[in-house]
Amino acid sequence: MSVLVVAEHLQGRVRDVTYELITAARELGGPVVVAVIGSDPGSLDVNRTGVDEIVHVRVEQEEFESDVYQHALEALVNERRPRAVLLGFTVNSMGFAPAVATKFGLGLATDVFALALEGASVVATRAFYGSKVHGEVEFVPDEPVVLLLRPTAWAPSLDAGQATTTEHELAPIVSRARHKEFTEAPKGDVDITTADFLLSIGRGIGEQESIPQFEELAEKLGATLSVSRPIVDAGWMPSSRQVGQSGKTVKAKVYLALGISGAVQHLAGMKASDTIIAVNTDPEAAIFGVAHYGAVADLFDVAEELAKIA
Amino acid sequence: MKLVVAVKQIKILGDEVEFTADGRDVDPDFLDRALNEWDACATEEALQLRERLGDCEVVVVTVGDDESEGALRRCLAMGADRAIRVDARTLDPITTARALAGAVMGESPDLVLCGVQSADSVQGATGVALAQLLGLPRVAVVNRVEWSGSGPATVQRELEGGLVDVVEVDTPAVLTIQTGINQPRYANLRAIKQAEQQEITVVPAADEGSPAFTVRRMFAPPRGEGATMLDGSPAEVAQSILDIVRERLA
Repeated sequence: MSVLVVAEHLQGRVRDVTYELITAARELGGPVVVAVIGSDPGSLDVNRTGVDEIVHVRVEQEEFESDVYQHALEALVNERRPRAVLLGFTVNSMGFAPAVATKFGLGLATDVFALALEGASVVATRAFYGSKVHGEVEFVPDEPVVLLLRPTAWAPSLDAGQATTTEHELAPIVSRARHKEFTEAPKGDVDITTADFLLSIGRGIGEQESIPQFEELAEKLGATLSVSRPIVDAGWMPSSRQVGQSGKTVKAKVYLALGISGAVQHLAGMKASDTIIAVNTDPEAAIFGVAHYGAVADLFDVAEELAKIA
Repeated sequence: MKLVVAVKQIKILGDEVEFTADGRDVDPDFLDRALNEWDACATEEALQLRERLGDCEVVVVTVGDDESEGALRRCLAMGADRAIRVDARTLDPITTARALAGAVMGESPDLVLCGVQSADSVQGATGVALAQLLGLPRVAVVNRVEWSGSGPATVQRELEGGLVDVVEVDTPAVLTIQTGINQPRYANLRAIKQAEQQEITVVPAADEGSPAFTVRRMFAPPRGEGATMLDGSPAEVAQSILDIVRERLA
């Protein structure tokens, strides 16, 4: 039985998660089929080691629209009956994959970070209760299962492959949610993606009035100040400073995290940093799982001492 | 006009955890409850739409046991007009969406808002599954809504990496709302007390059907190599951090 990967692309570029999905599909075993849905699917290169077949699903729309992707995936699932459909746990996939699973009565799991095959059945591992416990989940037997995989959980497949290509014609449909344009979030004064040393602050700072204290500390330390999502959501700092999946992906030499518990989306944006140091009052905070050095301490106490000696 | 908001009373696990006898879930004694942060933003967005559009009712709906009514009462205290609880226990997004669908459909909403995901399960799927069951268009991960109250709405999807997708969506529609779209208002004490007295309509769930998944086993995450812990007073910790920073940047 085949494994169907749905390629993700944006503005004419294949997104990295697609190559990670290919790795996961290879691990699961069976012919690996990659579907590229778009107005010019041939311009998007997904031919990587381990891919057996690429299906070009030609549609009117160049960019993602949820009804179009749903229509295309339904046609492919009906035609191929794959063991599993793999997609990224991304904003696009969240917009249509659950609808396909609901309509066809298929198994569905999102934010999956480990997969296994037991007999003919897929078993997926995902987190529950705010990532404090993990759970193995299983699905309706003998039906394709729709899986949205956590970005960065699998290594990308990057070597060129030898896949065959199939063209798939799709009848046009009425798209009820139409792409109009892309706009960039406003560019900030600094580029946190190129900084060697990031001082990163999170929800633990408690209130907006604390921000200047950390701006001063960053300056003393020679660090660039970055933040986790709650600080941007609260409007305390611009989104150009945000580290994480919805913000920037950083790869600093030193990443010093104060009061950041470590949501999955945040960790995905900073775990490639060379040295990660985390200070948090909660000894169970997820950030200690990726940090190289950790301290269970009040971030204000440590920040004040750092300001004295920096 | 009517806006329906689907909300969840999430379960929060503290530092200690024990599992149920069958090993498929966490012992409920170890769980606290609260309104999901994303759903507070969805409720706030509905209240702001009501303020802009006038003549509009905001109805909040949840699925769960009677302890889940805390989420509804918080939304009522924020200013929602009415609350419905579907009496069912669900863990997966598709069963939850099926439980919600009947109650939401019964309201014939002009717009349905959900949070993008719940902080406890992080599935990001219930709203879009619900849209499918209702036969409505949907946009997931919305961080801006512009709507005159009739005809298509213009919404923004927040993509990864800070890019924004501007989407025109026919209505009625289901939108899943991202945090940061607004600052949910605080309810004052009087509103909280009034919400305690408000009646919540309880309805049974329709046929649940097969779930998206079943949990076979839950377990504590395996401990990785873990961080090297820096001990001592705050001054000592600060000195250790500075030493590491200087060494690594040298």
